[in-house]
Amino acid sequence: MAERQKHVVAKVSDFEGTDRKLVEVKGRPIVIFKKGDEWFGMLDRCPHQGGSLCSGSLISWVESSGPGDYRMSRKDEIVRCPWHGWEFDIRTGVACARPTKYRARPVGVSVVKSEETETVGNLELYDVSREGDLVVVEL
Amino acid sequence: MNVEARPNPLKTQSVELGIADCDVHPNPASLEDEVFPFIEQKWRDYIATYGMVQRIGFAGGTQYPKGQPRASRRDSYPPEGGPPASSLSFFREQHLDAHNVDMAVMIPLRIGQALQNMDLAVAVCAAINEWQTEFWTSKEPRIKGSIVMAYENADACVQQIEKHAHKDDFVQISMLSRTPDPMGHRKYWPIYEAAAANGLPVGVHAFGYGGNPPTGGGYPSYYIEDMMAHAQSCQALITSMVYEGVFDRIPDLKLVIVEGGIAWLPSLMWRLDKIWEKNRLELSHVKRPPSEIIRQHVWLTSQPIEEPDNRQQLVEAIEWMGWDRVLYASDYPHWDFDDPKRALPVQLTKEQRDGFFRGNAYKAYGLS
Ligand code: FES
Repeated sequence: MAERQKHVVAKVSDFEGTDRKLVEVKGRPIVIFKKGDEWFGMLDRCPHQGGSLCSGSLISWVESSGPGDYRMSRKDEIVRCPWHGWEFDIRTGVACARPTKYRARPVGVSVVKSEETETVGNLELYDVSREGDLVVVEL
Repeated sequence: MNVEARPNPLKTQSVELGIADCDVHPNPASLEDEVFPFIEQKWRDYIATYGMVQRIGFAGGTQYPKGQPRASRRDSYPPEGGPPASSLSFFREQHLDAHNVDMAVMIPLRIGQALQNMDLAVAVCAAINEWQTEFWTSKEPRIKGSIVMAYENADACVQQIEKHAHKDDFVQISMLSRTPDPMGHRKYWPIYEAAAANGLPVGVHAFGYGGNPPTGGGYPSYYIEDMMAHAQSCQALITSMVYEGVFDRIPDLKLVIVEGGIAWLPSLMWRLDKIWEKNRLELSHVKRPPSEIIRQHVWLTSQPIEEPDNRQQLVEAIEWMGWDRVLYASDYPHWDFDDPKRALPVQLTKEQRDGFFRGNAYKAYGLS
């Protein structure tokens, strides 16, 4: 397997007013979600028929022990595909309805300070000037 | 046949020629701007005063809220604004060009067929036919229309058919599956006769407001049960048309069932044959085994296609009905859209693939 590299894909400030951004890394579309101070990334192709998860809504995890009962938790941590509505955990990529069968592909996302980009090594620059805090994808 | 054969890994389909998509749903950007100009002032005033009341017990909207807003893919809203599939340029970009579609059959929905005021229904349907030509088919030759009609008024339907059937803009007559009476009822026969006389199939799309509960057992709790019930209404309408002798009476009639699923058809044919053999007293006007009639007169569109874990089982179901019976459809821009590259992820022969994605549709619509 090819070694993973780190790629700068956006500025943190690009996420003002939005919780997501679609970027391209090594020719692959990657959606990045920001939830508070946490960052999540996934290949932007639904494992079902390839819908763009970036256009999906972020919803809660809904559980039920049986008819008439439901509990909701983990607000905005489940992405619902904009096409047929399959749901995936943005932390793991696991499909909510059939967790053992399907999985969206998660990718690592982190934030580095621009002055650190020289020191963490192996950073490719994607149209982002090195100012402020930068969002980095590992792929 | 080994029904447990291992599924082939997911494959994407490549079709050299453009594909035929037998179900797409362009929308007016605004009824007032695009459709009302084709309606007499009297009816515009009527709509402003009384609204458009459907034959259902729910004021405004559909019986069941859809799983996605406007029942559409969330990425299908045009950048310039307006509802999904209301912009020709974005329709071309996101669908026709992106998927190499060279014939897309538009089927307008929720726009007048089942309005309770019959004269209003006739006026709105007539306007929708003008709108299809003016805003879509005359601007984009890859898009073909469906003649929309207030099908509870067969005389008005025949007039619309006579008016539009000869135009290249239209490839079928449009009805919806949930009619007030079973579709083999004689009140609908003039429609079928006119369709056949003009060489156009009757395309029956799932949905519609007949005033009956969507399932044979009443009103279900969930939207997705409403969706599942399309297979029921489609089986009921095929049964009705076959047993009422519609195809015996009108030998040139072609029927395209849209969006009701496909894999149930083989078992329906088995059951219809078996019952037909045993009930000659009731059904002596049906001259041939129902399965033979269906294989000659009926096509099904693929979307929303069944997705068994073992995809090979779907291939077997299609084999049981015949590869020439199934037409690819995307249902763009609706949420249960099937991407042509992923709709049938199994290894197909060239003949199967070309028929499914193109040739069968051209035959059904009588095009070359
Ligand atoms: S493509 Fe995502 S649910 Fe179908």
